Amino acid sequence: LSVALCAGTVRCAMASGASLRRDYCVIGAGPSGLQMAYFLQRAGRDYVVFERGHAPGSFFALYPRHRKLISINKQYTGKSNSEFNLRHDWNSLLSHDRRLLFRRYSGDFFPHADTMVRYLEDFASLLELQVQYNTAIIHVTLDADPQAWNGHYFVLMDQNRQKYKCSSLLVATGTWVPNVVNFPGSEYVEGYETVSINPEDFAGQTVLILGRGNSAFETAENILGVTNFIHMVSRSRVRLSWATHYVGDLRAINNGLLDTYQLKSLDGLLEGDLEDLAIVKDKKGKLHITLRYYLENRNTSAGIDSITLPQDELDNFATRAPYDRVIRCLGWKFDFAIYNRSLRLMPGKGNKNKYPQIKPSYESRGTRGLFVLGTASHSVDFRKSAGGFIHGFRYTTRAVHRLLENRHHGVPWPSTVYPITQLTNSIIKRVNEASGLYQMFSVLADIILLRENATAFEYLEEYPVGVLAELETQTGRKAANGLFVIVMEYGRNFSGADKDVFYYNRAVGEAQHAWQSNFLHPVIYYYKHLPTEREMRLRPPDWPLPRPDAIHHIVEDFLTDWTAPNAHILPLRRFLENCLGTDLRNFFAESCFLFAFTRQKLPPFCQQGYVRMQGLVGTKRLQGHAVEAGLLENYTSTDFAGDRLLGSREESQEQLLQDHAMPVRPLQHLVNAKDE
Amino acid sequence: MSAPTDRWICSFSLLLFCVASLPMLGKANLLQELGPQEYFNSLQAGRASLAFFSHNVSPSAQPFLDQIENSVEALQDYGISVVKVNCPKEDVSRYCGKENALRKAYLFRGNILLREFPTDALFDVNSIVANVLFALLFNEVKYVETLADLQNIENSLKGRSNMVFAYVPATGTAEHRAVMEAAFVYGTDHQFVLTTEATLVKDPGNDDPDASSARLLFCHCQRGTELAQPCRRTPMEQPLTLLNIHRHLKLMGAPLVTEVAEDPEKVSTVHLQLGLPLVFILSQKETYEADRRTAEFVAWQLLGKAGVAILPRDVVDLNVLLRSNVALKTPDEGVPIKYLVLEDTDEVITLVEDKSKFEQMQEDEDEEEEDEKENDNQDIQDDQVVEAVSRDRKRELPLEQILTLTEETFPSATLEPARVVVLFYASWEAVSLAVLRSYVEVADLLKGTQGILLSKVNCWDWPGVCTKENITQFPTIKIYQKGGRSLTYNGMLGAEELARFIVLSQVSCPLKLATVDEAEGYLRGELPPELSSYHHASVLGVFSKATSVAREAFVEAGNILSGHVTLGIYFEDDALALSRKYAVSPPALLLARSRAQSVEGIALSKQSAHDIVQMIRYELLDTFPEITVQNLPHYLQLGRPFLIMFSNGDIGQMESKEMLKLAKRRPQQAFVTCWLNLKNTPVGHGILKAYFATLPSLPVLVWVNLHTGGQVFRFPPDQSVTETNVLSWLEKLKAGLEIPSSTLSEEEWKPPLPAYNFLQMMETTVPEFTLHPSYSHGDTQEQQQPGSSEEKAPVREEQPEEPGMTAEKGQSPGRDLRGTAPRLAGREKRHSEL
Repeated sequence: LSVALCAGTVRCAMASGASLRRDYCVIGAGPSGLQMAYFLQRAGRDYVVFERGHAPGSFFALYPRHRKLISINKQYTGKSNSEFNLRHDWNSLLSHDRRLLFRRYSGDFFPHADTMVRYLEDFASLLELQVQYNTAIIHVTLDADPQAWNGHYFVLMDQNRQKYKCSSLLVATGTWVPNVVNFPGSEYVEGYETVSINPEDFAGQTVLILGRGNSAFETAENILGVTNFIHMVSRSRVRLSWATHYVGDLRAINNGLLDTYQLKSLDGLLEGDLEDLAIVKDKKGKLHITLRYYLENRNTSAGIDSITLPQDELDNFATRAPYDRVIRCLGWKFDFAIYNRSLRLMPGKGNKNKYPQIKPSYESRGTRGLFVLGTASHSVDFRKSAGGFIHGFRYTTRAVHRLLENRHHGVPWPSTVYPITQLTNSIIKRVNEASGLYQMFSVLADIILLRENATAFEYLEEYPVGVLAELETQTGRKAANGLFVIVMEYGRNFSGADKDVFYYNRAVGEAQHAWQSNFLHPVIYYYKHLPTEREMRLRPPDWPLPRPDAIHHIVEDFLTDWTAPNAHILPLRRFLENCLGTDLRNFFAESCFLFAFTRQKLPPFCQQGYVRMQGLVGTKRLQGHAVEAGLLENYTSTDFAGDRLLGSREESQEQLLQDHAMPVRPLQHLVNAKDE
Repeated sequence: MSAPTDRWICSFSLLLFCVASLPMLGKANLLQELGPQEYFNSLQAGRASLAFFSHNVSPSAQPFLDQIENSVEALQDYGISVVKVNCPKEDVSRYCGKENALRKAYLFRGNILLREFPTDALFDVNSIVANVLFALLFNEVKYVETLADLQNIENSLKGRSNMVFAYVPATGTAEHRAVMEAAFVYGTDHQFVLTTEATLVKDPGNDDPDASSARLLFCHCQRGTELAQPCRRTPMEQPLTLLNIHRHLKLMGAPLVTEVAEDPEKVSTVHLQLGLPLVFILSQKETYEADRRTAEFVAWQLLGKAGVAILPRDVVDLNVLLRSNVALKTPDEGVPIKYLVLEDTDEVITLVEDKSKFEQMQEDEDEEEEDEKENDNQDIQDDQVVEAVSRDRKRELPLEQILTLTEETFPSATLEPARVVVLFYASWEAVSLAVLRSYVEVADLLKGTQGILLSKVNCWDWPGVCTKENITQFPTIKIYQKGGRSLTYNGMLGAEELARFIVLSQVSCPLKLATVDEAEGYLRGELPPELSSYHHASVLGVFSKATSVAREAFVEAGNILSGHVTLGIYFEDDALALSRKYAVSPPALLLARSRAQSVEGIALSKQSAHDIVQMIRYELLDTFPEITVQNLPHYLQLGRPFLIMFSNGDIGQMESKEMLKLAKRRPQQAFVTCWLNLKNTPVGHGILKAYFATLPSLPVLVWVNLHTGGQVFRFPPDQSVTETNVLSWLEKLKAGLEIPSSTLSEEEWKPPLPAYNFLQMMETTVPEFTLHPSYSHGDTQEQQQPGSSEEKAPVREEQPEEPGMTAEKGQSPGRDLRGTAPRLAGREKRHSEL
């Protein structure tokens, strides 16, 4: 009886000690967790999202402290193309529901963080996503089972010791553990998480900020007007996002302190390793900066007076003035603590140690079936692309979902088959509007798989380029006849912390110099064979792909509008033609008619159009233009009387069509016939 | 010095001749094979020979033997014979006996063993010649390893002879061979010194040397006597080949300043012969000594680049300005000597150097020009549709009749009671824009037609709609009917064709006819008046009530053919009576062509919709059609040869009658009998132009194998076009008795022009990406960039997934400060302005 009474409720399951089973478990109902939930929901999959808070986006409920998001929310672009407009909407998640566009939530170019919380709440509720709130996952272990999708189940335990058994684990927890540096005196340091955001609390104070990211500058910006001065110390030089093209670097909206520093208005920046630092508090409560090096020799029993300060030896030491407050703004790292060691979820190396190690397919290096989504997955493109931010990971999350659909449900990567005549068009369409390619430049790529004899092709969107070698197994599509890979790239030596990105002649205008383009522009790689994993591994540093058989750059464009017939489309067509060894020009029906009678073979456009009774007749006026251009002959006006040689009038025409319109080899057979 | 040099040059030239000509004499096997006894007996005192002992050739020795054989000729030029000594099996003597000895080659002079070579040191002809000569010229070529050794030799030579100092990165290379061969010839004239230490050639004042390339320096030690001063050096700037060394030594051997006492036009020196310019210093009697010093100074500067001669003006009567002090003679024939007035010796030098630079530049420019010429048309539009549309882009289209739909308005528009025609297009796409222009004409044609709404959706503005409507091609035209059904237009993209489709598709297809009278009227072409102008044939399906399978298939076929053909259906009880009238029994098709008055009855044997569609299409083809641009595809699909009459205007009655007879003959299936009116289809002129060199007198009857072989035959103009004549001509064609007037090109449609080769352009500036195709040279990549990649390589190995991060790691700012407190202070000291 008791079983019957409590069947189906969580509490009951807990009492019986059984664990709940799910195909997909998502940890975290932030932007990436909800984004994944949306795709799982649409695909009709068995999933649940665990959220420790009582509402989605608990990180955004607190952070950023000063409540201004620095992701742009553009109201107008002058275009109605919804896909294109997503290029300039950095806050919306992907969905079919047009109500869920962020610009409907806020008119601010840099919206308030509360709006994001409200947006995420709506996203979860309007789409009826299955989120289990107030559930903090505190431990994750593996349960080996050969029947399981990945050879094991993930066993998640929440704060009530309730267990959940999941076939696939999607970690969307973001990075929320504050980075802390320990040095003598670090107890005097206030954290970004708790520091006052009321400027009045800083009136007349001298402040030292540790860190040089957006949170540090955001904090400084808030108190810039009321402090005596602010100093900012960090190991690395300031990296300006407009110089690096990386949105995670210092954004112009926060950089007021740079202004005051360079205008000698008391504020300043200096470089140094925080680990060398030490802070000493004097009797008045002022904080003095010294170096760990000096403290090592100190007499522990003595007070502040016995400590050597740098200025004792070096009387113009930069930070010799005492501070009233020291604030730590050092960013966040991934919470590794909840994963059992058997999951081998390891921190990345070097400056990526705040993120877990994952493959370019977003699957953990240590455990099959564990995928990392959202900000925590940024190690794939850290300091390069936008994978750590909503406008980037909404696409990588979709890519992960497509990989999972193929792997577990036999649903191959969505693709569309087109006749080869649409090749140029399909590329032009995507590079002009696709947002995933644009935001996740050099990380997500469109793939064109050629069919046999190159009469048709299959178009796959936004595939993670890092796993190109595994394309066939990851997508369930065949790449036997060569492929094109379409990515967007910045110029190779253009961006960087030390680069002058405003030099004269920084923009390339000529199509023939397109490969030197500096700003984001489309690049098309052609491979006769799918690159192998070895080729991918040995590709040159900083290159998204190994050496192709041919490469094409579409020249950068000031308006990011790559539809110019001569500068953009024509060179692309020539590139595609030369890769495929065919002629991809369009022809009016009349030309096809002529070719049908005078050539044994027809160009693809005539073959796939005219011959199938879908020829392009065109108007008289257009034909007139073509005749004027010397690309079409006007037979009505030619004088054909008498038996003089034909067509000597249209010289340019002759030249242009000599390969194609004069295809007949006359009289060669006479020789053969005589022999017979 | 000059006499022995000349002799050497003679012998050298002879040698060059031999080297050049010997291989041409044929690849006779010059490798002697002797027994050990024979070999040792054959050795002559003072003569060198290279011997290789073997029992029987093991496969591993074969590559080595091949190389030895290849070098036989080269070594013979230096009087060295090459012998393969075949050891008898039982032989256990010194050379044959030891297993080890068999992996070596031995160099003897007379019967004295000079050197043993491990066979792996003799890997190719260059290494064999280089190493053998190196051993033989042990005294002539000094090998040095340290700077001190070099200086000792240099000092010992001072005032006595000149030194040729060569650096090769490794022995056994082609450069090493060139140096040794030169030493063989010039070894008695100059002291040759060889090193493999790059540091010895590093010129402290000049930090350019690229350690990897071989260099050769001529050291003028004969002139210098001061011990403290190193000998003056003249580097050879060309690559190290035997010819270049020869040329360089010849130039070094030439007198520094040539005294000339004749007309400069007649003067010829070594420099001119070697293709270098000659500078004349025109001297005045009064200043001769100073001028001579100037000449010598200039000569040193130009050594190896140009010759310098001094010409006293009082000796030769020159017809030039008295002020001229320098003349330049170039090796090019027919270029007159230039006389100049210069003020500075630098000007003389720049004159010569710029000239060579200028020539270089001109060559480059020429190449560039050629490149440009080649790619000249690449950026010129050669797509007729794109170009036509772009020439028309400034014209504003009269779009008043066409509704522009958006994402918001599209769903409601398709629910309108009217039939909504939607053109889905992309505003940047040329074919779309061409069709849009035809669409405007359609709007004109259909002006006033009730119940039809023309509209368009720009997929560039509204991708959501287009994706939802499954638009995969630009442009796509769909007609939305009541009830949400839609019809996709798949006909010719022309105004008339589209208008006809829009009108015809209004009528339900097939149209259900209720009475025999209606059916008869339908066959007579009694249709709603607005259709009549577009209608050309009626097809009526007649079914008995029982034959539901065929009827359903016919209805389905009707859906497919909707807009293209008018179909009627009749399946009342008296269907049998109706069909009987046309001599068929149901299920049957009754076909009424608009031009012919008769009604044709065809039994419907096909059961599937697709087959019925094919059948109706086929039956609707004309027997003797006038071929036009619009209808050709229907006939092309038959895959048959064409018997086509080209006519300027209508064809004559007689011909028309005969042709029709031909066409009606069964089996006419074998070919398509048709005609082409050049007045209606002027592009026919283009066809005739391709078939015949001159325009034939019209009408002309032509047989074309469009699908097989592509031969074009012309019906003899002297015969009249009658059924019999044509048939017998066709018989002859089939028998292969006629000669085709031309054959259609089989050529594939290749890319009209090349693309920009960005891969090649990148090769020069971004070599790390392009130079080493990673699949074959992945490992060498690391070796080939010593230094720069040394520290990166292990990192890359460690983190193969992140090739991009290596660079960052190396230069991570602040890293060098870690744990060095004083340096933090020190660093800030530099920033003490803080």
